[in-house]
Amino acid sequence: MKLKLTTYVSAIVFSSVFVGCTETSETKLPIIGERATEERVVDGRTVVDTIYHQIPPFAFLNQDSVEITDRDFDDKVYVANFFFTHCPSICPTMQRNLLKVYEKYKDDERIAFLSHSIDFKYDSPSVLKSYAEKLGVTNDQWQFVTGEKKKIYGIADKYLVYTKEDQDAPGGYDHQSYLVLIDPHKRIRGAYDGTNDEQVAQLFDDLKTLLKEQ
Amino acid sequence: MLIFSCQPNVSIETAQYAINGQKLYVTHCQSCHGSKGEGLGMLYPPLTDTTYLKENRGMLPRIIKSGMNGLIKINGKDYEGNMPGNPELTNVDIAYILTYITTTFGNSTDTYTQEEVKNNLVNYR
Repeated sequence: MKLKLTTYVSAIVFSSVFVGCTETSETKLPIIGERATEERVVDGRTVVDTIYHQIPPFAFLNQDSVEITDRDFDDKVYVANFFFTHCPSICPTMQRNLLKVYEKYKDDERIAFLSHSIDFKYDSPSVLKSYAEKLGVTNDQWQFVTGEKKKIYGIADKYLVYTKEDQDAPGGYDHQSYLVLIDPHKRIRGAYDGTNDEQVAQLFDDLKTLLKEQ
Repeated sequence: MLIFSCQPNVSIETAQYAINGQKLYVTHCQSCHGSKGEGLGMLYPPLTDTTYLKENRGMLPRIIKSGMNGLIKINGKDYEGNMPGNPELTNVDIAYILTYITTTFGNSTDTYTQEEVKNNLVNYR
């Protein structure tokens, strides 16, 4: 009981400090995902670091059959999503909206885009190449990648996006239409439903906020 | 109301068909073809080619019902891909959708009737 109360009080104190901060400083995006703490000793004092959820290293094949890794996104803000080329339901709307973001920031090297195909059977690099060209993507700022099922579905979990092979879903795959905003430290800073105009507008705003942070 | 103000020449029946058609359009067509019938890049063609809609009026129900493969020229551009069919749609559903498309994106002022859908599904196989 005592512990609970302490937690409660400290939560109030903490939140009031937090409110105090947001009033005086610029708005910052939250850091999303589970976190852990790590203690280390600096100059004889113990300090506690927060370890945030990060996108782990990855390697996939892109639309030009070139290996794309997490290193290609070092020091960049990027937007990631999950789709497949013959998806008849949510993907066209999601990609139409992401295309608007791409067009706004085209040739801005601070920003990149990464679409993962969850149809590892059909979406070969050449299929992805044709899709990217027809969508209107003309530079390598937006990458379309494929990989082994285990790797693609595994990384989707790390982006906190639900993906599943499902015969009953339209096109054979069930997935969420989140556009996930990642900062240069590979931390998730926002997730926006790519089929919802209001949330896409929020992505435009948050992207600006995140770029100011850099 | 909106339909009346945009298209003063359409009958109440046509306007009703178009309103019902819009709801079905959102569910079945909009993701690819867009809320304004604008399509998406070279992936999915726009539905705003008034000449195409007029000249191929008879074929439209079959395209919605059974889908489409291969090359199609829209607004002077070649589109190639597969459109999935919508076999679950009834004749009246297709009549609603086509009335919406042909009067909103095209320049038709007529209802695409259920009778027209039924006959054209037989004529174009």
